[in-house]
Amino acid sequence: MKAFNYHSASSVKEATKLASSNSAYLSGGMTMIPSMKMRLANYKDVIDVKKIKDLHGIKVTSKSVVIGAATKHADVANSKEVQKAIPSLSSLASRIGDAQVRNRGTLGGSIANNDPTACYPSACLALNAIIHTSDRKIEAEKFFKGMFETALKKGELITAVEFQIPEKSHYFKFPNPASRYAMVGVYVAKHKSGVHVAITGAQSVVYREKNMEKALNDNFSASALNGISIDTSELNSDIHASAEYRASLILSSAKKAVEHCK
Amino acid sequence: MKEVTLEVNGKKVTKQIQDHTLLSTFVRDQLNLTGTHIGCDTSQCGACVVHVDGKSVKSCTLLVADIDGSKVTTIEGLSQNGELHPMQAAFKKHHGLQCGYCTPGMIMSSVDLLQNKKNPSDEEIREWLEGNICRCTGYQNIVAAVKEAAKNS
Repeated sequence: MKAFNYHSASSVKEATKLASSNSAYLSGGMTMIPSMKMRLANYKDVIDVKKIKDLHGIKVTSKSVVIGAATKHADVANSKEVQKAIPSLSSLASRIGDAQVRNRGTLGGSIANNDPTACYPSACLALNAIIHTSDRKIEAEKFFKGMFETALKKGELITAVEFQIPEKSHYFKFPNPASRYAMVGVYVAKHKSGVHVAITGAQSVVYREKNMEKALNDNFSASALNGISIDTSELNSDIHASAEYRASLILSSAKKAVEHCK
Repeated sequence: MKEVTLEVNGKKVTKQIQDHTLLSTFVRDQLNLTGTHIGCDTSQCGACVVHVDGKSVKSCTLLVADIDGSKVTTIEGLSQNGELHPMQAAFKKHHGLQCGYCTPGMIMSSVDLLQNKKNPSDEEIREWLEGNICRCTGYQNIVAAVKEAAKNS
């Protein structure tokens, strides 16, 4: 790994002040450190944001669950409050990576990285999330721009994510057996305002499958998805799965997600 | 360069490190604790698992600067008064290893499992050890060892 200067910020203000065109924020580091070791990324300054108190904690109200950006996956998975308010969200967190990754990796880090196969981005789209940053609030719909690309501006820091509590929901992941990343992950959430079906792992960026949402709005059952055809033109095709196989996984995973909704 | 102070296996150590020093190289090269193995060096294999403030982490993906002031336990810190830790004894008894390269990480990870779950099922053991790769044993004896350690602790 190439040398850099390590800074530990104690407030959001201090962190954003330290940021430059050649810096990056460090949270759990579960992607960032391996990327720097492989020389895929390198920075002059690395600004650790984990010691910022405002970035920690879980707050549950009747309508939403607000999770601090530096909250670890293990803490979301084990939170009794999250388990009660949105069981699909704590369950998603409990199956990210492996135990050691969950002991370090954070929510903010995951969505800032926006890996096309990461789990959390699908939760943000399915649960109508609002991403709180050092500057503003961004709707999830406008946040995930493309592969590893978000609406974040240089030096903008995610402080928390606000998830809307659905009537019922479930996340079904078909994991790659080696990496545990989603080959396909389908997050179904039934809100008063309508059903969201968010899909990760299948395209270059997380997206909502509107045809499925329409069918489930009319009839919220797995059988409503029978006969829905998935367009394969935008689907990833790689050594793990062809586009056609992913299309099949999307349909079967979506059905399972609907069946397990609670 | 930075000065950090850590408690490693119960002993306070203060060392000069570079900002980008990883915990795995720090314990091996600066503290001569070579029981922590570096396998894949990409945080997938789990040979480098140690405990930081009581929780298992992959030391090849952790900056020492990041954990200044923390307590670190490596495989060398498990045995007490010359007695093997119950997890080490169970791995020995059940032959939960062949070449032994993954073993320090396997044991550190398994000890953390029992901190979280006292009596894990086979499935829970296998799930927890997803981040620890063994290419010799086929995992059968590792699972048996963890079950025995759970019974004895």
